[in-house]
Amino acid sequence: MIRIAPFLGAALIGATPSFAAGPDLGAVQQQATNWPAIFMFLFFVLFTLGITYRAAKGSKSAADFYAAGGGISARTNSLAIAGDYMSAASFLGISGLVYSSGFDGLIYSTGFLVGWPIVLFLIAERLRNLGKFTFADVASFRLDQTSIRIISATGTLVVVAFYLIAQMVGAGKLIQLLFGLPYLYAVVIVGALMIIYVAFGGMKATTWVQVIKACLLLGGATFMAGAVLYKYGFSPEKLFASAVQTHPNGEAIMAPGGLVSNPIDSLSLGVGLMFGTAGLPHILMRFFTVSDAQAARKSVFYATGLIGYFYILTFIIGFGGIALLMSDPSYFKLGADGTTYNKIKDMIGGTNMVAVNLANAVGGPYFLGFISAVAFATILAVVAGLTLAGASAISHDLYAQVFARGRTTERAEVNLSKASAVGIGIVAIYLGYVFENQNVAFMVGLAFSVAASCNFPVLAMSILWRGTTTWGALIGGLVGLVAAVVMVVLSDAVWVKTFGHPAALFPYANPALFSMPLAFLTIWAVSKMDRTRRADRERAAFDAQFVRSETGIGASGAHVH
Amino acid sequence: MSTRQTARPFATADARTSNGALDMPEPDHRLDRIAEHPIFKTLVHERTRFSWILTGLMLFVYFGFIGLIAFDKALLATKVGGTASLGFYMGMFVIVFAFLLTGIYVARANTRYDRLSAELVRSLAK
Repeated sequence: MIRIAPFLGAALIGATPSFAAGPDLGAVQQQATNWPAIFMFLFFVLFTLGITYRAAKGSKSAADFYAAGGGISARTNSLAIAGDYMSAASFLGISGLVYSSGFDGLIYSTGFLVGWPIVLFLIAERLRNLGKFTFADVASFRLDQTSIRIISATGTLVVVAFYLIAQMVGAGKLIQLLFGLPYLYAVVIVGALMIIYVAFGGMKATTWVQVIKACLLLGGATFMAGAVLYKYGFSPEKLFASAVQTHPNGEAIMAPGGLVSNPIDSLSLGVGLMFGTAGLPHILMRFFTVSDAQAARKSVFYATGLIGYFYILTFIIGFGGIALLMSDPSYFKLGADGTTYNKIKDMIGGTNMVAVNLANAVGGPYFLGFISAVAFATILAVVAGLTLAGASAISHDLYAQVFARGRTTERAEVNLSKASAVGIGIVAIYLGYVFENQNVAFMVGLAFSVAASCNFPVLAMSILWRGTTTWGALIGGLVGLVAAVVMVVLSDAVWVKTFGHPAALFPYANPALFSMPLAFLTIWAVSKMDRTRRADRERAAFDAQFVRSETGIGASGAHVH
Repeated sequence: MSTRQTARPFATADARTSNGALDMPEPDHRLDRIAEHPIFKTLVHERTRFSWILTGLMLFVYFGFIGLIAFDKALLATKVGGTASLGFYMGMFVIVFAFLLTGIYVARANTRYDRLSAELVRSLAK
C-alpha cells in the first residue's frame, strides 16, 4: 500500500496554504498497473526520443542548443509556450479545484492567464531585440556582465529549483496513481528522460516535445469538455444546473468561496501569478527561438489564445466532474457501511484525479489510458524546459561570462551546458526522492513569487528605465529574491506546517504584493544614489540599447552561420 | 527550417565587444541619427503610449475582478439568467478580454508599427 499525501493537489497547482488546507485527499490504494496508459506513454517516449535523435544530429552551434537556431515559427513557438505553461498542475489541479469548490478555480485560471498580455506589451519584442539565449543577456546588455549575470542566474536557478522539486514530487505521486508504478521508479524515469531530451537535443528537442504534448493535451481536453457538454445538449446552463443539484455545497459553487478569504492575500496572489509569468526563465527563453520581434509578438498572441481556451476547458471539465462523477459510487472509496461516501474527500486518488476519472466516465478505459499518458508527458515536457533554462544559466551566464570572462569557445560552453543538464537531472531525482513526504505545496507559488520579485524587476528596469545602474539592479534583485524567500519561510506553510512553530511570523501566504514593489523601489533608490563613473557610463549607454530594443536594428539574426 | 534573414543594416551596431562587455561611451553617430530621427520618435512615442494604456486596462480589469472577489462576494454570487452567476461571466470575460487585448495590440503592431519600422529602415539606408 502506497500512501498519497494530502498535499498533492497543492503541490501540483502551486497553491497557497489556504488551498493546501483544503480537502484532505486521504490515503489511496495503489492502482492496478495500467497497461493501456503505459503503452501509450511508451509510444510518446519513443516518438520524442526519435525527435531528440534527429535534433541532436542537426544541433551543432550554441545557437542551435540554446535557441533552436532561431528557426522556430511563431505558430510552433506559441504551442511550445502554451505547452510550457499548461503543466499537469493546471490541468489536474485546476479541474480538481473547480470540482471541490466551483468558482474559486477561476481565480487561478484568470491569474495564470493575465500575465501574458503584460509580457506582450512590455517585454516580448524588446527581449527578442536585445537578447540572444537567456534573459540575462538582456538585463546585462548595458550593465556590468559579471554582477548582472550572477543575480539573473541566481534568480533563474532558484525558480528552477523550486519549480522542479514540486514537479518531481508531483510526478512521482501522480505516476504511482496513474500507472501503478512505485514512486522512486517514476522519479528516476522522469529525471532520466529529461536529461536525454535536454543534453542531446537541446532547445530543438525540448521545443518539439513541448509542442507534441501541447497538441495531445489540448486535443484530449477538448474531447473531454466536448463529451461533457454533449451530454447536456451543449448548454452550459444545464451543466451548471446539474452540478449545483449534485454538489454538497449547492448554489455556493457558483460564487466566490473560502479560497481567498483575506483581501490582501488575494491581491498578493494575483500580483505573484501575473508578474511571475513575466519572469519565468524557461518561458522567457522561448522568445529567442523565433526569428525576430514580429514572430515573438505573434507567438504571445496565439499562446494567450491557446492558454485561455485551455483554462475554459478545465473549468468545464471540473463542472463535468461534479455533474457526472459525484453521483457514481464507483469513483469513490466507500465508508464502513459500504454505501456512503464524502463526495469530495473520498474521490479515488483525491480531487486531482477528477480529470482522469472523468476521462474514464466519458471515454472508457482506453481514453483513461490516453489522458494518463498525456498527464505524464506533460510533466516530462515541463521539467525538460526547466532543466534547459537551468543548464543555460549555469553554462551561458555563470561559466562563460562570470568565470571564464568570455574567454571560452562555443563548443566548451555547449558541452558544459550538456553536463549541467545531466547534473540538474541527477539533483532533481535526488530532491524528488528526499522531498517525497515533505510539504512542497508552497514551492510553485514560491517559484512564481521569486520570478515576480527578482527576475521581472531586474529585467523590466534594465530595459525600460534609463536610470538603472548595475548596483541598483544587483541589490534590488537580491532584495526581492531574499524578501520573497524569507516571507514564504516565515509564513504559515513553512514556519508552522514544516517547522512546527506555533504561529506564522508573516501573516500572508503570498509575498509578491510586498516583495515585488520592494525590489522595484530598491532598484530605483540604489540607482539614484549610485554616483560611480560606471553608473554614468551605463546611463549613457541607454540610448544605444533603447534604439535596438525598439527597432531591432543590430539585433542577433535568426541564424549564426 | 526557415533560412530567412532578418533585416539588419547595422549588423555591427552592437555596442558590445566580442567578450560581451560594454566598451562605452564611444559616440556612435549612426545611433544618434536613429535616436533623433522623426520616424523613430513617432514610433516609440505611439507604441509606448499604446502599450501602457493596454497594460493599464489589463491591470484594471484583473485587479477589479480580484477586488470584487475580496470585497464583494455577494455581488458576484448574483444569479444572471438561470444558474450561472455574475462572477462566472466576469471570470470568462477576464479570460476573453486578455486574449482580445493581445489581439488588438498585435493588429496595430502588424500594421502601423511595422510600417513605421520599415519606413525608418528605408530612410536610414538612403
